[in-house]
Amino acid sequence: MSDNLTLPAQQSPAGASAEPLLTVEGLTKHFPIYGGFPIKRKVGAVQAVDKVDLTVGAGESVGLVGESGCGKSTTGRLITRLLEPTGGKITYAGHDITHASRRELAPIRSEIQMIFQDPYSSLNPRQTVGTIIRSPMEVNGIEPAGGREKRVRELLELVGLNPEHYNRFPHEFSGGQRQRIGVARALALQPKLIVADEPVSALDVSIQAQVVNLLQKVQQEMGIAFLFIAHDLAVVRHFSQRVAVMYLGKVVEVGDRDSIYNRPRHPYTHALLSAVPEVAVDDEPEDRERIRLAGDVPSPIMPPSGCRFRTRCWKAQDKCATEEPPLVRLSDSREGHLTACHFPEEPTTEARDEDIVLDPGLKALEDENAGTD
Amino acid sequence: MTTLTKTEGATAPTGPEPFLSVRDLRVRFSTEDGIVKAVDGLSFDVERGKTLGIVGESGSGKSVTNLTILGLHNPKTSTVEGEIVLDGQELVTAGEKEMEKLRGNKVAMIFQDPLTALSPYYTVGRQIAEPYMKHTGASKKEARARAIEMLTKVGIPQPKTRVDDYPHQFSGGMRQRAMIAMALVCDPDLLIADEPTTALDVTVQAQILDLLKELQQEVGSAIVFITHDLGVISDMADDLLVMYSGRAVERGSVREVLRAPRHPYTWGLLSSMPRLGGDTAQALNPIPGSPPSLLNPPSGCAFHPRCAFTAEAGGDRCATDRPALADGRAAACHLTADQKQRIFIDTIQPRLR
Repeated sequence: MSDNLTLPAQQSPAGASAEPLLTVEGLTKHFPIYGGFPIKRKVGAVQAVDKVDLTVGAGESVGLVGESGCGKSTTGRLITRLLEPTGGKITYAGHDITHASRRELAPIRSEIQMIFQDPYSSLNPRQTVGTIIRSPMEVNGIEPAGGREKRVRELLELVGLNPEHYNRFPHEFSGGQRQRIGVARALALQPKLIVADEPVSALDVSIQAQVVNLLQKVQQEMGIAFLFIAHDLAVVRHFSQRVAVMYLGKVVEVGDRDSIYNRPRHPYTHALLSAVPEVAVDDEPEDRERIRLAGDVPSPIMPPSGCRFRTRCWKAQDKCATEEPPLVRLSDSREGHLTACHFPEEPTTEARDEDIVLDPGLKALEDENAGTD
Repeated sequence: MTTLTKTEGATAPTGPEPFLSVRDLRVRFSTEDGIVKAVDGLSFDVERGKTLGIVGESGSGKSVTNLTILGLHNPKTSTVEGEIVLDGQELVTAGEKEMEKLRGNKVAMIFQDPLTALSPYYTVGRQIAEPYMKHTGASKKEARARAIEMLTKVGIPQPKTRVDDYPHQFSGGMRQRAMIAMALVCDPDLLIADEPTTALDVTVQAQILDLLKELQQEVGSAIVFITHDLGVISDMADDLLVMYSGRAVERGSVREVLRAPRHPYTWGLLSSMPRLGGDTAQALNPIPGSPPSLLNPPSGCAFHPRCAFTAEAGGDRCATDRPALADGRAAACHLTADQKQRIFIDTIQPRLR
């Protein structure tokens, strides 16, 4: 039922424009590590983002999920060009902006805006809300009809704040309200693409939904494309038409929402989905697979060779260590559903005959407790 | 209503005395701006071997409650009233010496952030061994062996060498495992876990939660599990307490509260959360407004300014009269049982699809 409902909807924005709004090819960011005495030399690099391919269509919302340290925020910052890429190519509306200078970027900057995670540190405490929202217009020399102040009041109203609060300071607002100010600031220049980096994860549960609904309203009514970066899989699923899953600086799987959440192929996507704790609201027995990985994500300074997930994967074989799997469409996947794996899983999230438990401590305890039961 | 309460009482296998009993607990902090009523008349029981989940938003008083149980509040700035009885022993009036004997021995705590809760100055092994030596009088050698045993149990690879590592040499998930090892080293009867997985990634969170469940089965501790994540609670707890503005607003078994919630706040929490199996075409239903300030909580029911059903409860009763929370399965709300059931089935349940 929901398949039929969601599928045509997500293909229309992608199909409407032949050229995607944003194309990222082979995007790479390595942060150098310096060491040694007395002369500091480059001794290594944190491979935060490594050859990431991504496209965002006009008006489309793309989710980027992954655990901490997988490079999802760095990808967002590279796309907004807050960081200089080490390699690869970023094309925005036909322009190559990979290494564009400040001056070349100026007209594009107003079209790509960002919403930050922490509503406490991303607003200047010394400026009033009016100044904060007005300054992007001042910087870009935009004179809206009726004056900037009128536009600020309109924006405040749009994001659900009282326009009278124009002269208040950020500390007078709660976390959710501050995030709304951040949204208003991002909207001030009528952008075409918003990169939202964990926009709701710092907020309380009851406030999260308010901000998610606001972003969704903005996305649908104003036709703004979103790159929605978050670690919460349920929020990303709710917001995004297409989803990319990242692991240690690489995109391991990308596809439409239904493919990723109901027909995942990469073992990591399976593990990630099975780890999400879900509220049981009805009496139907849970029919989800149970996968418990061992240990934590390896360090991006020395990532595993070949497939980066192989050190935590239950299907890993010799081939995974030597050969890096390409991000390709598998034979029985849908159009646009790409997976980087040599030994993909069955496209289902239903419970398996036997749970996969890789954690040694947990496995020992489970065997022990099962024996005594 | 009453029959429900009775059946709930009948299912409890243990004797009449619960292991931990908190009665009418009130914790106040005096600040420059006035008196903060962090916990205001809270009562709950925990039975041996069971897990009580406490959910609530930030500032709802859930962490303060548990710091108070362990006597970790600052006595200079806070006043505590009420009763906390642990296995027949009154804790509110207990002296520092008695509390010291309890902490880490009979009652242990797992904190949210393992990096700040572990000392960077001592090895992990020493930090695990210390409470064991203090409470059991074991020698250094025995305690070290015990620390290695605990590290093995929580699934740290190469425990014999890792026992001499410092916390910074551990990853986030391993630090939380070390914290669990430290908390369980004396086989505590009560374990308080304050958002133990909030700082962790989902895949690591799933490992830690399963580990806690298995260890509980083995050790038989009672757990008080504090979190803001209803999904985690649904997975972990037997009983559930929903807190709002320093008070409990709903209580019952996890099944009852999550499948047939009775308080508008619980309805709001459940319908504002996106779910993996939910309908994406449907917008989320957030709770309007924001959590109240504890300096100046709203009159009557603290939730009434954000509640959509005050009119149905009748007049301005919600704004003037504070609803009480009955014993057993209950919700502190003025709506009648029929109204609650009707609203839940007609309005709330369709939103949970």
